[in-house]
Amino acid sequence: MRKYTPKDNVQGKAYHTDRFWVSPSVPRTDVSEDAHFAALLEKIKESIAVKDAYIQIGQMVVHINPEDNITVLTLVKEVCDYAMCSEISAVDYLAQDGEFEVFYQMLNLKKAKRIRIVTRLKERQAIESAVPLFNSANFAEREMYDMFGIVANNHPFMKRILMPDDWEGHPLLKTYPLQGDEAASWYEVDKIFGKEYRDIIGAENRDPSKIDRYDTKRFSRVGYEVPFDEDISEGEKKTPIKYSDTLLVNYNKSSKQLDERR
Amino acid sequence: MAQHQVNYASAAGLPVALTSVDKLINWGRSNSLWPMTYGLACCAIEMMATGASRYDFDRMGTIFRASPRQSDVMILAGTLSKKHAEFTRRLYDQMMEPKWVISMGSCANTGGMFNTYSTVQGVDRIVPVDIYLPGCAPRPETLQYALMMLQKKIRRESADMNKNTKQNLRTL
Repeated sequence: MRKYTPKDNVQGKAYHTDRFWVSPSVPRTDVSEDAHFAALLEKIKESIAVKDAYIQIGQMVVHINPEDNITVLTLVKEVCDYAMCSEISAVDYLAQDGEFEVFYQMLNLKKAKRIRIVTRLKERQAIESAVPLFNSANFAEREMYDMFGIVANNHPFMKRILMPDDWEGHPLLKTYPLQGDEAASWYEVDKIFGKEYRDIIGAENRDPSKIDRYDTKRFSRVGYEVPFDEDISEGEKKTPIKYSDTLLVNYNKSSKQLDERR
Repeated sequence: MAQHQVNYASAAGLPVALTSVDKLINWGRSNSLWPMTYGLACCAIEMMATGASRYDFDRMGTIFRASPRQSDVMILAGTLSKKHAEFTRRLYDQMMEPKWVISMGSCANTGGMFNTYSTVQGVDRIVPVDIYLPGCAPRPETLQYALMMLQKKIRRESADMNKNTKQNLRTL
């Protein structure tokens, strides 16, 4: 017999798992299939150690050591015409591998080719800033710092870019709760009114459809309408709804009377 | 306010209208509500449409002002992020009394679909709200309606703001 799994809250969590499920992955092909990428990879391999390289969706992905990032970025920019750095960011693999994956997405405008230079960083390990090479790295590295806490060395202005300066935590880490930690949930109250007003303002309501029957400041039941802010913990008086009967027609009357009305 | 129309046929032909100070002051207040242009997100587009010629807020005496010091209504149109909450409160504090707040749209009312770490879960956590306008985004007609509701509320209030019971954060 199949193992019983509780089916309550089925919309909240999946209770069915497919035994034959294979998670989708983007197929990787060998770099030798593309002459341009093969030549580029040879050039990169001459100067630094390449850990892994393959082609995914028409883009070459090159895995390198973090200390080689400026060397390889200079090479692809100056020699190989990858003049544009469209994105720098990171992926949090701390739970799986104890590492961040930092990537540089490069674009060759002359040949319409893209490569991604990928490197792995330990937690609290810094990486050399790419700002001297690409101005676009300025904001991208600040965002990387803001969201993951990865510091770029020799960055001209290493400061949070999206979150406030006094924010605690780095929100794109997998360990950061979606609805915010303790500091985040009281951030605006602490900042504007001070911590002593936490009790007055109260915790955030994370369920906008929440209805509290005994909260007569905000809610009243149809048919049990009560004065504003009255204590109804003992039960409330019934206030039946009365409709105006001037417009109501009594259809229970006999058909003869209906005919007369017509 | 049709009930205060001067009837020249009565009162011996004299243009005399009797009213109370409350009604007179509230007539003035409610018919020249100047909101601050405070668009935070997509609701601001609807707010702009309401102010523009087709829906025409001006005919209600509602003229958008670019400065909190010249305005008496704050229409919070859009998602309020926690980073920005401090400045919203500062702008609210800069507005002259009497002042009112319309919370426009789901995001301003409750945080809406942004049930996340960075969004204020309802602007009533930081400023006292008079009218909650539901919708995502509310149509210009509903914003007009909200403003008319606010006018009704103002006409019901005492002209002395200290006498009005504020079940909100205004005392803070």
